[in-house]
Amino acid sequence: MSATQVSAEHSRQRVILRFDRVERTVHWVNALLFLVLILTGAALYFTPLIALVGRRMLIEQIHLYVGLSLPLPLLLGATAGWGRTLRRDVGRINRWSEEDMRWLRGLVDAASGRPQAAARPRLGKFNPGQKLNAAFVAGGGLVMLGTGALLRWYVPFPLSWRAGATFVHNWLAAAFVVLILGHIAFALADREALRAMLRGRVSRAWAAAHAPAWLDGSDDR
Amino acid sequence: MTERETIPSEAPASGVPDVPPTRLPGDEAAREPWSRPIGRRTVLSLLGLGALGTLFGSHVQAGISSVLDSLHAGSVASVLPGGGQFTIYTITDGYPAAPKDYRLRVDGLVRNPLSLTVAELQSLPATRLTRDFQCVTGWEVSNVHWAGVRLVDLAEQAGADLSAGAFHLTSFDGAYTESLTLEQARETGAIAAYSMLGAPVTREHGGPVRLYVPEMFGYKSIKWLSRIELVRHAEPGYWERNGYPVDAWISGQAPGQAA
Repeated sequence: MSATQVSAEHSRQRVILRFDRVERTVHWVNALLFLVLILTGAALYFTPLIALVGRRMLIEQIHLYVGLSLPLPLLLGATAGWGRTLRRDVGRINRWSEEDMRWLRGLVDAASGRPQAAARPRLGKFNPGQKLNAAFVAGGGLVMLGTGALLRWYVPFPLSWRAGATFVHNWLAAAFVVLILGHIAFALADREALRAMLRGRVSRAWAAAHAPAWLDGSDDR
Repeated sequence: MTERETIPSEAPASGVPDVPPTRLPGDEAAREPWSRPIGRRTVLSLLGLGALGTLFGSHVQAGISSVLDSLHAGSVASVLPGGGQFTIYTITDGYPAAPKDYRLRVDGLVRNPLSLTVAELQSLPATRLTRDFQCVTGWEVSNVHWAGVRLVDLAEQAGADLSAGAFHLTSFDGAYTESLTLEQARETGAIAAYSMLGAPVTREHGGPVRLYVPEMFGYKSIKWLSRIELVRHAEPGYWERNGYPVDAWISGQAPGQAA
């Protein structure tokens, strides 16, 4: 099917698929794992919650194994034939276009009260905020995995590393909570974007407004 | 409709006419200034920062602690990671309350078993220490004041048998146990503490009586201490059966063995 045929087909459809079933499953399994990690992490960390929950060994084990399994949904979801769309979206999230940079500069200009460029940047499937969020979750998640593993299997490592790993793990956990709250706030502010993660589809109008370069196929070079 | 994304083009890249045929692998960024792998760079930067934080974070943490100390911002410090405060653990379903008729028992291989109220414990010769509390997971509280009775003094008071080589320690929370050899107790000056942070040991911190073992990780300092039993050999306690070293020296070896 050529690009023109695709566009022609899509101009007839009122809704288009943004996230396929695999991507949605990976997203919601990740969300569940993060929720368990945050709750068990809090129950290991905050004294009032420790008093309420206790059972340190059990909570530790849950936190540990859920943490270790965190990369699995994404890895499984990105393999084989069913992972095609997810893999392509990972590529889209990785790559930034000039338009993305323009969007980011526009945010800085708006924040500092400078006049903004007249033309709106033609963004692809993901805006730079979403790209940064995904990259932060990927990189930060790996750091949490590494520091967490070091804290569990600490014996070969010097004490200063363990102290450093605790320091990084705790502060990064706080950053994750802030990031996830922001992520949820953005989702609730744009119900159609949220619906895309629930049922998969967005309207052509939404795509034209938020992701024009995705709609016309030019963000997939 | 099948669940497949249909835009953009599904044609393989080689079939798309506007892709330059001489594209070299790994050279895309240079040839296509519109596309930069910023996602990958972000991930790699975070990994680098994480590694740096692990290697040098303890210094940053110490800095934060001392700043908060000098500001007397204890309430802030108690919430912030690395605030130099206790994270108070428990392995049961909460912080257990001491029974009304609480007694600290000293028994096992002794001629004269003891059963002491807190007041009776306090009437014995006291040992006062100002030492750091170091958790095995990395956090530390500096300069904690401790007061209590040395384990070896309690063993002497109870008339420990010559065959006794270790202490087996039990918590009234019903789960926590610990052990310490007689030699380690002598060397570290471990105490059955009834005072901590300048006040009676609180329920959360393991009151009315807990152990404090200087120079060893915090898990050795068993909380809610109710029984000190003299035994022949040390046997692994609760955390040690779950993978922690029985010899919990912070420095990695007994002070006497240091080169």
